[in-house]
Amino acid sequence: MTTIRIPPVLRENTGGSRTVEVTGSTVSEALDDLFGKHPALRDRVTEDGELSRFINVYVNDRDVRYREGLETAVGADDTIILMPAMAGGSR
Amino acid sequence: MSTAVAPASDLIAAIGNTPMVELRRLAPHDGVRLYAKLEGNNPTGSVKDRVARAMIESAITDGSLVPGQTILEPSSGNTGISLAMIGSRLGHPVRIVMPDNTTPEREQILRLFGAEIVFSPGAEGSNGAIRLAQGLADADPSVFMPYQYGNEANPRVHFETTGPEILAQVPDVDVFVAGLGTGGTLTGVGQYLKRERPGVRIVAAEPLPGEQVQGLRSLEDGFIPPVLDESVLDDKFLVNNRDAVIGLRRLLRDEGIFAGLSCGAAIAVAVRVAREMETGSVVVLLADGGWKYLSADLWNRDLDELEDELEGSLLW
Repeated sequence: MTTIRIPPVLRENTGGSRTVEVTGSTVSEALDDLFGKHPALRDRVTEDGELSRFINVYVNDRDVRYREGLETAVGADDTIILMPAMAGGSR
Repeated sequence: MSTAVAPASDLIAAIGNTPMVELRRLAPHDGVRLYAKLEGNNPTGSVKDRVARAMIESAITDGSLVPGQTILEPSSGNTGISLAMIGSRLGHPVRIVMPDNTTPEREQILRLFGAEIVFSPGAEGSNGAIRLAQGLADADPSVFMPYQYGNEANPRVHFETTGPEILAQVPDVDVFVAGLGTGGTLTGVGQYLKRERPGVRIVAAEPLPGEQVQGLRSLEDGFIPPVLDESVLDDKFLVNNRDAVIGLRRLLRDEGIFAGLSCGAAIAVAVRVAREMETGSVVVLLADGGWKYLSADLWNRDLDELEDELEGSLLW
């Protein structure tokens, strides 16, 4: 099972869960499994089937936008992190 | 051979032209050369001296900042300190909006330079400081807000100074790594290096903020800095506080470099990228020195204890 970490701002849609275990061999399949378990997340994380610009998705800490996007491969031991875009460090 | 340069006319003129050093012990293998650009060697100790100077000079040139006018800016530290120094030199009062959960050194230094501090709720993170500063600026049109997140002088100064310095110091640079904050460094250096050296890769190290300081009431509060040109990035890594601290300690132990927390994150990413390369040169920009983090004692304390504490504070 792949672990997806849910940021606090999205936990109202997961019944408060911080992590959700999913199956799938790509980010897209893993997210589909997540949306199957928590349907309200789909509209918050995607727009017209694409990732919302205000959500970043990381596989093992690497942003998938600069890899193969939603087709980025994931394995059973991988961790997917969903993070809202926000003003970062270095101010 | 002497590399001494002529005296600067003033401290502001001494900004930039920072050293580049090779990190022989941190380089993961012999095929890759790893170099660090030491921005902590700027007059107030961070890369933000470049940005603050550029924003102020461009505002004076275009008339949006007039003599004696108050400068207001949201900043969790470095930009505020740079603006406070420059403001004190040029006769502008400086007011900085800063989250209330950073280290005390920032407040001490800001006050030394005569700046006024307005605290924003720490739980709202940098986003909260930005919101509060924008509200204050809207309510008082007499102040000038440089607004580093949206000021095009920010990436431009990196295009015009930091980028050319890096290419002159490491002409065979293949990868450039820097922390992602406003996006100014990555955008400006990235655009310059890509123009001069096609094929160069630009890699961002992004902080994973503690859950208590994510500062979002809803997803729509999300914030992408207007100055960030995402098309210039080739890769982006999230770095948690623990890995940033480990990187910070390795910089000191292996290379003698006393640096700030974002530098620990940047070096962690630089080493990860270098490990995946067979040959080539990696340049990492180290944004500040360690002085402002001394009270947090990032170098000696137990990592687990530190990790819990960093979860609720905003250090970079």
